[in-house]
Amino acid sequence: MKYFKLILSFLLTIGLFFALNTKFRAIPPIGKFLNPYSGVWQNETDESTTGEITIPGLTDKVTVHYDAQLIPHIFAQNDLDLYRAQGYLTAKHRLWQMEFQTYASAGRLSEIIGEGALNYDRQERRRGMVFGAEQTLKKISEDKETTAIAQAYADGVNSYIDQLDPKDYPVEYKLLDYKPESWSPKKTALLLMYMTKMLAGGDEDMENTNALRLFGKERFDLLFPDFFDNTEPIIPKETDWSFVDVPQTPKPTSQILLDSITETIDKPNPDNGSNNWAISGEKSYSGHPILANDPHLGLNLPCIWYVMQLSTPTHNSFGATLPGAIAVISGFNQHIAWGETNATRDVIDWYKIEFNEDRTKYKFDDQWKDITVRVEEIKIKGKPSYKDSVLYTHHGPVMYDKNFKSDKELAGYAMQWTGHIPGNGQRTFLELNKAKNYNDYTNALKYWVAPAQNFVFASTEGDIALWIQGMFPNKWEDQGKFVMDGSKSENDWQSFIPQQFNAHTKNPERGFVSSANQHPVDEAYPYFVYNDGYETYRNRVINDFFSSKDKFSIQDFKDLHNNNYNLKAAELMPYMLETMDISSLNSEEKAIYDEAKAWRYNNDINEVGPSIWRQWYGKLYNMVWDEFDIEDTALDAPYTYQTIYLLKNKGDDAFMDIVETPETETAKDLFLLAFKKAAKRLIEIKAEEGDYTWVNYKGTYAGHLLQALPAFSRFDIPIGGDRNIVNATSENHGPSWRMIVEMTSPPTAIGIYPGGQSGNPGSKYYDNFIDDWAAGKYYSLNFMQTNEATDAMIGTQILTPSN
Amino acid sequence: MKTNTTNFIVTIVLAIILSLFLPWWSIMTAALASALFVPLKRAAVFFVPFLAILLFWAVYSFILSSGNDYTLAKRIAVLLPLGGNPFILMLATGIVGGLAAGIAAIFGKQLSLALKKS
Repeated sequence: MKYFKLILSFLLTIGLFFALNTKFRAIPPIGKFLNPYSGVWQNETDESTTGEITIPGLTDKVTVHYDAQLIPHIFAQNDLDLYRAQGYLTAKHRLWQMEFQTYASAGRLSEIIGEGALNYDRQERRRGMVFGAEQTLKKISEDKETTAIAQAYADGVNSYIDQLDPKDYPVEYKLLDYKPESWSPKKTALLLMYMTKMLAGGDEDMENTNALRLFGKERFDLLFPDFFDNTEPIIPKETDWSFVDVPQTPKPTSQILLDSITETIDKPNPDNGSNNWAISGEKSYSGHPILANDPHLGLNLPCIWYVMQLSTPTHNSFGATLPGAIAVISGFNQHIAWGETNATRDVIDWYKIEFNEDRTKYKFDDQWKDITVRVEEIKIKGKPSYKDSVLYTHHGPVMYDKNFKSDKELAGYAMQWTGHIPGNGQRTFLELNKAKNYNDYTNALKYWVAPAQNFVFASTEGDIALWIQGMFPNKWEDQGKFVMDGSKSENDWQSFIPQQFNAHTKNPERGFVSSANQHPVDEAYPYFVYNDGYETYRNRVINDFFSSKDKFSIQDFKDLHNNNYNLKAAELMPYMLETMDISSLNSEEKAIYDEAKAWRYNNDINEVGPSIWRQWYGKLYNMVWDEFDIEDTALDAPYTYQTIYLLKNKGDDAFMDIVETPETETAKDLFLLAFKKAAKRLIEIKAEEGDYTWVNYKGTYAGHLLQALPAFSRFDIPIGGDRNIVNATSENHGPSWRMIVEMTSPPTAIGIYPGGQSGNPGSKYYDNFIDDWAAGKYYSLNFMQTNEATDAMIGTQILTPSN
Repeated sequence: MKTNTTNFIVTIVLAIILSLFLPWWSIMTAALASALFVPLKRAAVFFVPFLAILLFWAVYSFILSSGNDYTLAKRIAVLLPLGGNPFILMLATGIVGGLAAGIAAIFGKQLSLALKKS
């Protein structure tokens, strides 16, 4: 009894210790997290921009000047020192992000956040993300120079990690209670796979197959034509293709499989896209070509981009880098400027696989081929590991089988993806960073396999160009639109389009090049290309703009980046307003109708028109395509362009009818039904929120990478635009880096992105660009020509070798 | 009263010194040790180390945070959630530390009693 109090107080002490030292679900280990000497208070720091830092492995001194935006301007004496410094500085500002993205890529999130991420991790492993990264790495290892650079970058990152005391870990590590691991070239390869998945990880083969089975070929072709009636392709229509002397693969006679697929894996956001364009000297106010790029990606904090200047005595580049990847990705050097938009080609095909009884072999022509098994071990925080055996065929990994989203015992669907083809894409950027002219640019592109990109180019010599670069299978007509029979060799990808025949244009007569994820070419291109979700609005606004006058200034470029014209609405709404029977509208509905009528189709922040359009068109779209709302069947409703075409031209088509009502509706009926529904919702929104002006309706936000944790995110960013608008800012997606470069010698550039250079939510540089970005402002990019700090620099840091 | 003050000061000084070598639970060790060597009575056993560490952690976090315009503290006070008020976060920090110290001190007191009896 006398020890009762002792034991009780002992247990209480131990209990409290564990309670404060352990993470419970989303609650961090509160003692560890809050204590002022190693917890989160230690992250309450300003950025260090001065002093000397010793970095092992450097061969020479490296100088880093920081400007007012905290952009580092790196002056190194050689490439290895330069990229080691890039690794070090990127880690210094973005360590958690760069590592987290590679965990997400590698299907390792369960290690950090526990069992909740298991399905996601399995999906990524089965997609072959790690397999793909290993292929990339294998290819890189054949190239000594890139290998050495990738290792120097990794060592630079690790020099930073090694200097960290647990109290210095970025706040997210403390929140989730884990610690950084070493960086390696494999992680760089994983980051490149992460981008490949983001930009070339989508397809509609299964959905198309279901649609074909349900509606038949004639109806399918009406809903999903290969080309729309109005194509404004990337490569100008008048391009002469007579130099292409390798023909398209002839079509085999095999029948299409009409399988039924219930569920498919996550697809990347269809809004992932971008704009880029360049005008020739003749079209430029100054006589120098001008180039612009704005990649549209998820709006996250920390931002996907990190801006740097990277220089050695032999080359000097500036622009947006991807934390984890080496060199500048979208930027310029003393001679050229370049930028990317996504090429959105169909580079994923699905093959139905027939297994033998014990699933060790699969049928291929008249024989059985061996399956290769890759065991994926997924570690789970606080739980034993999960092991998933993924079966590989010569096509690629079997994603769907009896163990994953399918109940077929002896069949599966294998994925063939250019993302699995070994490629040294890193080399492309290393070469672009030091390229001096058009030839250097085209040579750099030859290394690029996936994700296929529209690389825009301009040089101080006066050239402009655009190459659609990636490795593209030379498909037969309709190949890969639908699931294919994997047991027939004739269905395999037979060859690839020779690189020199990839669509491109140099100094076209019209005086500009542009791309906005639209159709790469028109029907005249000698290879099979079909509509794969291509953009149909931004491209036309951009090309119309550059055809509208003779000379363009930097201000014109800024205006175009920030252009909010809603061509999509302008092509349908006047027709709806005109044809709809308005006699049954009540006074509230009539008021909304009048607001809609007064709108001039600009998605500016204070307009109400964009909100009405969104509601109206959204309701209408669902009514038109109610036939596509079928349980347990993976289906994609037709694209907006064709939907609008049908509404205006085939208003009495059977698809217009709402299946569950006894009446037979036409497009005109749907306009009214949808309008009434939309009006009801808008009135509700007004009652709840006060108004439905576009800025409030849209509520653009930049969410922290960790499930948009409100504490680390920015909400209600006042910016207009929307998807399919040149200023492509929707709720959580938009221009993630806006850059304009004038090809003076050296080039003069401006740029901005929605975020800040620091990944630390405790830094004033965490989200300091957002307001200026929303307002359509730019920062002039201080392209330093010599290693001498000017007044514009806020600090200089010297990185020194350790011996 | 004098012992209370002595314990208060000893707890803080020990906590600062131990924090140089030990993780966050150094405050528990400090409170335990000061309870052993500067024994207190009744409620003071808990409250003196509680207040000592509350003061230490709250003031220390204030010093760190005020130098940076409370940028991160404001965000963490949304995360936890404490209405975005950095000063409430400092108080919460102090209370967490104080609680850990106070409980450890009770154990220290019981330990010193047990040692004396045997």
